[in-house]
Amino acid sequence: MAPLWLRSYTATSSIGRGIEPTLASLQQQRSGLKLCDFETVSIDTYIGEVPGVDAQSLPVQLKDFDCRNNRLAELALQQDGFIETVQSGIARWGRKRVGVFIGTSTAGILQTELAYRHRDPLSGALPESFLYGPTHNSFSVADYVRRRFGVEGPAVAVSSACASSAKVFGSARRMIDAGMIDAALVGGTDSLCLTTLYGFHSLQLSSPLPCRPFDEARDGISIGEAGAFAWLERAPDSLPRDAVLLRGVGESSDAYHMSAPHPEGLGARRAMQSALDAAALSPADIDYINLHGTGTPTNDRSESQAITSLFGPTTPCSSTKGATGHTLGAAGALEAVISALSITHGLMPGGVHTAKIDSTLTAHYIRENRRSNVSTVLSNSFGFGGTNCSLILGAAG
Amino acid sequence: MKLSAYLDGIGVLGPGLASWPDCAQILLGKRPYTNAPTALSVPSMLPPAERRRTGRVVKLALAIALEASTAAAADLQKLASVFSSSGSDGHICHEICDALAQSPREVSPTRFSNSVHNASAGYWNIGTGAMTESNVLCAFDASFVAGLLESMTQSAVDKSSVLLVAYDTEYPPPLHAKRPIPDAFGIAMVFSPEKTPRSLARLEVSLTEVGADSLADAGLESLRRAIPAARGLPLLRLLAAGAAGNCVLDYLDVTRAAVQVEPCR
Repeated sequence: MAPLWLRSYTATSSIGRGIEPTLASLQQQRSGLKLCDFETVSIDTYIGEVPGVDAQSLPVQLKDFDCRNNRLAELALQQDGFIETVQSGIARWGRKRVGVFIGTSTAGILQTELAYRHRDPLSGALPESFLYGPTHNSFSVADYVRRRFGVEGPAVAVSSACASSAKVFGSARRMIDAGMIDAALVGGTDSLCLTTLYGFHSLQLSSPLPCRPFDEARDGISIGEAGAFAWLERAPDSLPRDAVLLRGVGESSDAYHMSAPHPEGLGARRAMQSALDAAALSPADIDYINLHGTGTPTNDRSESQAITSLFGPTTPCSSTKGATGHTLGAAGALEAVISALSITHGLMPGGVHTAKIDSTLTAHYIRENRRSNVSTVLSNSFGFGGTNCSLILGAAG
Repeated sequence: MKLSAYLDGIGVLGPGLASWPDCAQILLGKRPYTNAPTALSVPSMLPPAERRRTGRVVKLALAIALEASTAAAADLQKLASVFSSSGSDGHICHEICDALAQSPREVSPTRFSNSVHNASAGYWNIGTGAMTESNVLCAFDASFVAGLLESMTQSAVDKSSVLLVAYDTEYPPPLHAKRPIPDAFGIAMVFSPEKTPRSLARLEVSLTEVGADSLADAGLESLRRAIPAARGLPLLRLLAAGAAGNCVLDYLDVTRAAVQVEPCR
């Protein structure tokens, strides 16, 4: 594929608002996970909550979109001068030549969960103040972003569970390649809600401790929330030295099970191979792999097998979910930004919380930060329904 | 900028619409349109254990996907797919939100894993064994054209055959009052980058601000206005006629999709 330039990018999660604090947390191996105290939830688990989401306000003309998910999106958009990048990009290319592609798994479903507590005792009706379209519907966050900036090109929410905001890069890439648009605002936002906290708990997939990817005693995920965005354009001939390119996108399906990964990671391997093919790279060209690495026994085993079968046992890899939690539909975009920081700062972030690496997992998991030249990173995102997406980001120079 | 692809197969299911040939007869005025509840059947392509877990949304999506891909004589294991819907399984959503409003809060694990927007895509891949990419979209009322653009783009750029499945199902009360989709309706299409022996027409899409086409039949027009996937009906009417022509489909606000159709046979 023709590489795309991440002209600007930003991320907000439990480890920081914007890229400076996010980078500092990664450098200090700081985790944002805490014992779950979200809303009225009483589950013995840890969460990665973004502080200050409830205090965030939306522009008055978009007040119908008010919900935790869109507040988190707005909070994330306000970091790192990203709003100015978007505005100048739209001025440069024109409103109709920009597309919006946002990944989410649950959007603002928290609004509906709360509305169900206030049904009319006689009719069962939901409160009049509850607005479905701009809050609950999966498109709400993409629609919010589109209206926030007055974009008039194609706009869509990608909702393929935990691969959602990795796959937005694929949709944007195709639309740019087809000449339908010149630039894309891509990203992901997923916020804490009861559906995912109780849902993963019901599947016995959430850990009572901070998640420990690749640990021999790993026992599940910690749910987090995040908003992460990037502005993509075709890569021009000359670029700043610290520019980061999207070099490959690979997508596949497991065709195996709704909530369990393929035991040998065949779908994951196929996505990684296809990302390498798109980038015209070989496995040896990848300096560091940012894992899907959720911390469930089967996910990590399957991913480790897929990685070893393709890369062998030496490519350094780690999961940053011990720091941020699993931010579900926002994880792909968040980890794409972390991969970009890895390249621009020569940092392979060691996985936190992992005490003793599972010796039966053959991928080369790192627990300590490594400082070295990082020019090419592969980032994995996999999800329920057996959906897989691998991104390859690389230094322009 | 225009985007083009060859259309190799169509699937349709909805209230009073049993299949694409049935729908084509009605769109041509050879039979009157009568609204009747959408008839959904258990997807035989799934293993029995999975079959039991499928709700209306998966039944609808798999039925139209199979009709279109069979008509296109597509190799199911190689076919990439785009699933576009304005909502996930509304019944599961209601059950989960209802359970979360009770004490104690007990969410069914199966319902939770089937609540994801990409459940239909996951079951399609399990049923067909296709390990190809599957893109799952939502654009609220604009979901049909969002899926059309994604699937035609993918076919043109990646030079592959792509299955589009655009579908919507209803929410039960009390959500139904907030999102009044009346019944299950879906359209599936298979696109190829080059003309094949099965090609029905060449489609070319561009964005426009010209007003969208409506349907003369009041029953069909009310479907088009009430169900996002039914915004594709003016395109189906053009395809049923088998003649060259243009139609304009509702998309986002004042942005619409102009589709030019050139028949292949």
